Amino acid sequence: MDIIKIKDLSFSYKDGEDKLIPVLKNIDMSVKEGEFVAVLGHNGSGKSTLAKLINMILTEESGEFTGELSVCGKIITDDITEDEIYELRRHIGMVHQNPDNQIVATTVEEDVAFGPENLGIPREEIRKRVDEALEDVGMTEYMHHAPHRLSGGQKQRVAIAGIIAMQPEVIIFDESTAMLDPHGRREVMKTIKELNKLGKTILLITHYMDEAAEADRIIVLNDGEIYKEGTPQEIFSDAEALRRVRLDVPQVTELFTLLKEAGLPIQNIPTTTDGGAELLKNLFVQKGGR
Amino acid sequence: MINDITLGQYFPGDSVIHRADPRMKLIIAFIMIGAVFAASSLISFAFLALVVVLLIFISKISPLVVLKGMKPVLFILFFTAFIQVFLTRTGTLIAEWWIFKIYSDGLMMAFKMMCRIALLVASTSLLLSYTTSPIALTDGIEGLLSPLKKLGLNTHDFAMMMSIAMRFIPTIIEETDKIMSAQKARGTDFSSGGLIKRAKAMIPIFVPLLASEIRRADELSCAMICRCYRGGEGRTKLKELKITSNDVILLLVCIGILALVITANILTTHFGLPI
Repeated sequence: MDIIKIKDLSFSYKDGEDKLIPVLKNIDMSVKEGEFVAVLGHNGSGKSTLAKLINMILTEESGEFTGELSVCGKIITDDITEDEIYELRRHIGMVHQNPDNQIVATTVEEDVAFGPENLGIPREEIRKRVDEALEDVGMTEYMHHAPHRLSGGQKQRVAIAGIIAMQPEVIIFDESTAMLDPHGRREVMKTIKELNKLGKTILLITHYMDEAAEADRIIVLNDGEIYKEGTPQEIFSDAEALRRVRLDVPQVTELFTLLKEAGLPIQNIPTTTDGGAELLKNLFVQKGGR
Repeated sequence: MINDITLGQYFPGDSVIHRADPRMKLIIAFIMIGAVFAASSLISFAFLALVVVLLIFISKISPLVVLKGMKPVLFILFFTAFIQVFLTRTGTLIAEWWIFKIYSDGLMMAFKMMCRIALLVASTSLLLSYTTSPIALTDGIEGLLSPLKKLGLNTHDFAMMMSIAMRFIPTIIEETDKIMSAQKARGTDFSSGGLIKRAKAMIPIFVPLLASEIRRADELSCAMICRCYRGGEGRTKLKELKITSNDVILLLVCIGILALVITANILTTHFGLPI
């Protein structure tokens, strides 16, 4: 089942009185339940706008859109009510870029409880959800800490826990690792992959190739249009096409492409570091066996 | 540089006073203020001083901290005492110099006034600021103001604003620090020149800080909307305030203190007992 379905969607921001700036043009895409989809694009490609549209943060006031968007089986039209939007948002969680600007409360556990509190969930149930969510992101021991004492990666994991506690079907990550150091990025990516294993549908908005490589499917956006779509294998096999839209292939892919050109017996170019390590190990075993 | 500012003057702990319901603590603090103002005889002051000592003992707050807390009010303390001493013209004349005359009643009233202010500051800070976290205090204020909801006042919004403000104090301090360093690296001089020059040097800090905080507020509100926030209606809470037997006992003790002080007053004024 398609949990997010977008048909011929275009969106333009309003600039002043009557000027319109087109951001998204004729987008066609869908995300299946339980899928891990990455939306890849350089700055200004419209990827964050897409995320905000799916989560209904952008309304008619902020711009004009045409086309069809349906989320969790509900078609979003102009006459959607406040209550319906509210109801849909509990099914689509969103983790933002800046870890500081999405933590509301003065302790970790109270921040995780913020979402369920807003939904009016009974207290015992909130307690249970908070404990489980913190367990899921591995932050249980920081339950009573003040958020400003945590590292960037930890803060972002708290923000993720705050979303998990609302038990949404889909979680959108809007460049959630962009402000983190490499260690923090690894922490967050690990959490995202684990959430996907737990059955959550993931929409990862990013401009990091190695993060997109972890997804089941990649959608490459360029200047508001879908440029390419496919598995990481398919997308990264054509490095030249990616460079044309100011994107690159993951380092590991580049390395193995060069190795293949140099004559090593490689069939499938790996896209993730883990895949590369596995391949390298196999190559050595073959050599050793000979 | 400005990294470790303690928020308010809260000292975390696990005493009976720390654990008391913040709403009850606010009520008790008001009763204590009433008792301190009602006190008129030396024996009531001595009694209230004993209560403060007891509070220090129970809350395990260092007496030094309480004494240090007096520092900001020292001026008021001595100023009012000074006024009392020189403007009171009853009782027996003790000393005289030029136009100043000191009477026994003046000394007595000055002493009582100093006791009153000192006890006021010590008891309220022991009951509230030292032993209640800012967030609990906000919850307490929200709880006490909640009857005003019927009058159309939005107490939830007020409490939410307060708690967000407290959440972001450390973040904003951090940011200020960053901007100051950045401006210093560009050659801004914060530490020399007169008052006006120094004030002007602050402009390159405040403008980027303000711009950045407005952006932050925008992002935060977006994140809150994404987490289905829509005001206090239909909201539940992870931690609900609860009045325990402990709180009731504290309240009764406090009412007892007020009653004792009033009794002492009646005894001195109506029956002329010399206390």
